[in-house]
Amino acid sequence: MSELLTPLLGKSYDGLVQVAELPRRGMITLRGDISTATMRNVTTGLTGTAMPGRGRVELAGDGMLAWMSPDELLLVLPADRVPRALERIAKDLASAHHLALDVSDARAMIRVSGADAAVRDTLAKLAPVDFSAKAFPAGSFRRSRLAQVPAAFWCAGAGDFGLICFRSVAEYAFSALSNAADPAGTVGHYA
Amino acid sequence: MLILTCPCCGVSAEETEFHCGGEAHLKRFGPDSSDSDFETYLFQRQNPRGVHFERWRHVNGCGKWFHAARCTQTLEIFGTYPAQTTEPPQALRDRIAEKRPGWTQESVS
Repeated sequence: MSELLTPLLGKSYDGLVQVAELPRRGMITLRGDISTATMRNVTTGLTGTAMPGRGRVELAGDGMLAWMSPDELLLVLPADRVPRALERIAKDLASAHHLALDVSDARAMIRVSGADAAVRDTLAKLAPVDFSAKAFPAGSFRRSRLAQVPAAFWCAGAGDFGLICFRSVAEYAFSALSNAADPAGTVGHYA
Repeated sequence: MLILTCPCCGVSAEETEFHCGGEAHLKRFGPDSSDSDFETYLFQRQNPRGVHFERWRHVNGCGKWFHAARCTQTLEIFGTYPAQTTEPPQALRDRIAEKRPGWTQESVS
């Protein structure tokens, strides 16, 4: 089997903050009625996290469970567990209308980390989102756009943000973020 | 710049995160309808100076369609409401009537 590569080959950039591609992880898009107990049990069982509320993400170790829309969740788990996870979803949700798809290689995951205020400044340059600590505390998850392309952001903790975008625009997203993190571009808005 | 609140995901964002889908609450005339009904359905749109009901999609967000009432003159957003309805909720209509005395939904349709 071919060696699976991430879209940016693990590239990183150090400026005001560090912009780095995250190692390859498994991602499953799951659509359906996310309010049911069955859905909650199967998703939290696979990611090892709690169930996120509206506009939230839950993280635990390797697992991540994000609220994408009123009928969509994103499961993040180690890549080698994806095939078995899909089998389990198909089995547990057999009687419920749902759609589950392996999107591990359809997306790019980038981590933006550093001083909390600088990270928030960097992201706020590119997205029409209020990234203040009050409006976007740890555990927040928001789908929006990053400059010209769709992206989803989350805050894992102080100075630790993640984002996903489509693989086809990974290079663009990385360049835009690196440019926004240029050491000459200090803003100090959230300082 | 319009600030819209998506009733599906609760996010308030500016208009570049959304996409306008044109006039809301159109009655569809499909096969077997008269030519004039079909033409009206296809081409005839309101173009009011004032209160307008529109469909919007949270395209760079949760991806859902919803409805919004806004003023084409002042760009004020009166409110947003779910897509699963055939007419604006009464509370929203009351709010608009309060801000635009004399306005009734009938007066524009």
